[in-house]
Amino acid sequence: MSLGIGEPAPDFTLPDTAGEEHSLAGPAVVVFTCNHCPYALAWHDRIASAARDYPDVRFYAVNPNDAERYPRDSLEAMRQRVENEDWPMPYLRDESQEVARAFGANTTPDVFVLDADGRLRYRGAPDADHRDSSLKASWLREALDSVLAGEEVARPETDPIGCSVKWRR
Amino acid sequence: MTVELLWWEGCPSHPEALAELERVLCEEGVDAEVSCVEIEDDEQARRERFPGSPTIRIDGEDIVSPAAGDPFSLTCRVYRTRDGRFSPLPDPEDLREAIRSRAA
Repeated sequence: MSLGIGEPAPDFTLPDTAGEEHSLAGPAVVVFTCNHCPYALAWHDRIASAARDYPDVRFYAVNPNDAERYPRDSLEAMRQRVENEDWPMPYLRDESQEVARAFGANTTPDVFVLDADGRLRYRGAPDADHRDSSLKASWLREALDSVLAGEEVARPETDPIGCSVKWRR
Repeated sequence: MTVELLWWEGCPSHPEALAELERVLCEEGVDAEVSCVEIEDDEQARRERFPGSPTIRIDGEDIVSPAAGDPFSLTCRVYRTRDGRFSPLPDPEDLREAIRSRAA
């Protein structure tokens, strides 16, 4: 079951790549993402740009993938990526996969926009085309603009496109 | 010329990969049937030396050499386009070049 539009998001506290814990607080963007998926990588810079452009919104990148079967998603691989790149948001490890399950995340990336009360206002893809960087995560930005203005999100749901979340067997 | 598309259902890119492959084959005037091979488990991935979905082989050779040390497993393959972007599909020009070199 996925979180429905208007429903309160489940609370979480997850460690980042340095071991510091981060708890959910709205308004927020929770992006389930990873290292090994080409869709997640293609959209990463656009999501990171949005994080820089919305300093009043907390962005959380959450990697829920089974790192035993997908070693490129290990905590060490996540740490290396954060060290080598400029991340404007914490990269969190969902080792138990409980957060991904509670949100109903299906893919990487899978974007959830929460308002100040922690209610889901947008869920889906960052924008319409992973190949077109000029789109600049427009669906995510439209949702954030509406949430911050206290307005209804015109397009509250889109189909998340990406690699399946790699659940433990 | 034998043309194979190896794919795994956990990646949504294979329909687009097949369409792209058939388009470039047609544009290059190559009359070759694409053999689609679904990879269903890790054992088959290892046996087929499958570095991720989609993988395109022409006459048995991968059109883009996989990175050394990458495991053979059920995963989505990360390609780089010629302008350096990450992509779930090979650059169409890499595909075209591989087809031309075999067709020559």
